[in-house]
Amino acid sequence: MQSLLNITTVLSLLLLALVLLSVRRAHIRVEYSVSWLLASVAMLLLSRARPVLDFMTRRFGIPDTPLTLFLIAGSVFLIMFFRFSVIISHLRDDNIALAQRVAILEYHIQSIRAHEE
Amino acid sequence: MIRATGPDSLLIIVPAWNEEGAVGAVVRAVKKYVPGAPVLVIDDSSKDGTLERAKEAGAAVLPLPHHLGLGGCVQAGYKLAYELGFQYVIRVDGDGQHDPRDIPRIFERLKESGCEMVIGSRFVDGAQAHTGAARGIGIRFFRWVLRPILGKEVHDPTSGFVGVNRAALDVFSRSFPLDYPEIEALVVLQRRRFRFEEVPCKMLPRTTGRSSITAVKSLYYIAHVLLGVFVNVLKYDRRRRKSGQGG
Repeated sequence: MQSLLNITTVLSLLLLALVLLSVRRAHIRVEYSVSWLLASVAMLLLSRARPVLDFMTRRFGIPDTPLTLFLIAGSVFLIMFFRFSVIISHLRDDNIALAQRVAILEYHIQSIRAHEE
Repeated sequence: MIRATGPDSLLIIVPAWNEEGAVGAVVRAVKKYVPGAPVLVIDDSSKDGTLERAKEAGAAVLPLPHHLGLGGCVQAGYKLAYELGFQYVIRVDGDGQHDPRDIPRIFERLKESGCEMVIGSRFVDGAQAHTGAARGIGIRFFRWVLRPILGKEVHDPTSGFVGVNRAALDVFSRSFPLDYPEIEALVVLQRRRFRFEEVPCKMLPRTTGRSSITAVKSLYYIAHVLLGVFVNVLKYDRRRRKSGQGG
């Protein structure tokens, strides 16, 4: 169990470093990095708080403490994936509307030019 | 350049993506059988010579800056038609499967019936059909699904050979399903208490290219469209309940 928690700690630190580095290099916008930062910090804290995990395991009747950690990690990342799907859907709608607007405006510009000639 | 003239102004829109082998013939045939109506080819960012072939055939063109998919492509045509003031729009696919000789019949029915949408159907009044086995099963399945939702039988729910009037154009220019739009569009209209009719039409076999719907994609298609249909049903029912409470 302890080695699993240690691995989780290392992975969380790596994720944290990766996100911070990406923000610094402007590969990811600050508003989208917040979710990743919160997730990595949450995983880091949980991996260092064994009594909290044990308490949750007993409280929810989960047979094993590592399973609790996996459940929490899975839930956190599922919520994040869903959040990003919502964002992507909005971006796609905006992108389509913009592309249609550009095409229609170009059409109008060509019409005006043809009319002037 | 196209412009709407008269109270019964009609625009023929042709969504096309990589259809250089067929789009020129489609435009010429439309111009032959519907000589008074302008033709607008919406090029969904084709990588081949679709745009050039359409221009050569005498169509006005609306080139999209990048590939949007069928729904986004058709909706761009609806938006432009609405802005230009057209009263009626008939969509003819750029692959040459729709017979332009049927356009006058769809147009007449649109004007006479006052329906918001008229569908060119392969399966009413003994019209001929060129459909594969998988597509045939899909069509029968969606007939069965749509019957209670629409309150009437729709024989050819996947037909893209569709005419709409200005009221439907108004709705579609603001809200139109993006992927596989035909079936969802019917639900969108029905939820607004708009009416549709079907007229028998011939569908021709493809002359060039291949259908984008493969056997594997069929399952995805069914799941996607089913979800879209039920989301639309729930959305409009909720809206209706809210407006009922407010009133």
